[in-house]
Amino acid sequence: MKHTLKTLFALLVIVTLSSFTNFGAGHGYHVGDIATDFELENIDGTKVSMKNFKDAKGFIIVFTCNTCPYAVAYEDRVEALNKKYADKGYPVIAIMPNNTDVKPGDNMAAMQARAKAKGFTFPYLMDEGQKIYPQYGATKTPHIYVLQNTKKGAQVKYIGAIDDNYKDASAVTKTYVEDAVNALLDGKEVPVATTRAIGCSIKV
Amino acid sequence: MKFTFLIVVINLMFLGNVTSMDILSEEEDIENTSEDLKVFDFEELQTYLSHKDNNKTYVVNFWATWCAPCVKELPYFEQLNANYISKDVEVILVSLDFPKQIDTKLKPFLKKKTLKSEVIVLDDVDSNTWIPKVDENWTGAIPATIIYNKNKKEFYERSFNYQELETELKRFIN
Repeated sequence: MKHTLKTLFALLVIVTLSSFTNFGAGHGYHVGDIATDFELENIDGTKVSMKNFKDAKGFIIVFTCNTCPYAVAYEDRVEALNKKYADKGYPVIAIMPNNTDVKPGDNMAAMQARAKAKGFTFPYLMDEGQKIYPQYGATKTPHIYVLQNTKKGAQVKYIGAIDDNYKDASAVTKTYVEDAVNALLDGKEVPVATTRAIGCSIKV
Repeated sequence: MKFTFLIVVINLMFLGNVTSMDILSEEEDIENTSEDLKVFDFEELQTYLSHKDNNKTYVVNFWATWCAPCVKELPYFEQLNANYISKDVEVILVSLDFPKQIDTKLKPFLKKKTLKSEVIVLDDVDSNTWIPKVDENWTGAIPATIIYNKNKKEFYERSFNYQELETELKRFIN
């Protein structure tokens, strides 16, 4: 009986808390949470997990796709992030979250073709069964999570946009992701931990 | 590089006189096309998001021609507008199409669909500032819709069919 009451109370607490922390359409990670690892198929046929990156200090996880104009507008900037930060310990891992029955232009063959055409140097993974993006709480493409490896696991340090100008990379005034990773590399607090930007809803 | 500089100089010369001669840069190009289509930054749009001084109910839908679920639900918003216009309901469609595609994509789309609801283009890159002002819970995915009148406001980050949309609207007008 006591046990049942405890369980009920715990449930009540969870329900109450979750009604306050509900962020938009999805739940998912907040800054400070520990992100679970994944094992997803890459465009080269291999399976990729965060634990494969032995020297990584963290990751720049990018939920993106081929078919969203906002995601396309950021492709070159995602590639630039990987070039700049992979060697410093923060590689990019891109994950394609859409249902490919709804968006055939995001299927594995299309992902492979796009990565080849654009010369992506980062893994571009298929969220097979759409199981990973809901855990993160991604709602759109592009949607970025900067993680830092800690003793507890990969801790979420930044959630949001790459920068503050989707239209024109040369007119960017705030480089949110770079600022976050630079801060982590310097052992400092991330200056802006969450940002918002327009994107394409993830197709379910 | 020199060419860019030249454009900047020419634009500076004509700044404040943007009526007829400015076909040189993208920005003024948008000005010229705005005769029949309003292109606003967020500050200008904000008046459409907070009419508090009348008895109307406003349904504001954020969409874009490149957003498939948005295009799919547009007819429902049109239908709602037609059915409830006599009941002081106004539908406003805020397009987030890229400014470069206003002439090539948005305008042909509007022409083909002959939308009756008012269409406004929002061109404001600083989304981190304006998205929370539309609604604190908006993650930035579209389609997204707000329904409001002087008494209350609701935000929806989701797709609608006609029945769902009408059900939500009725919570405001009954």
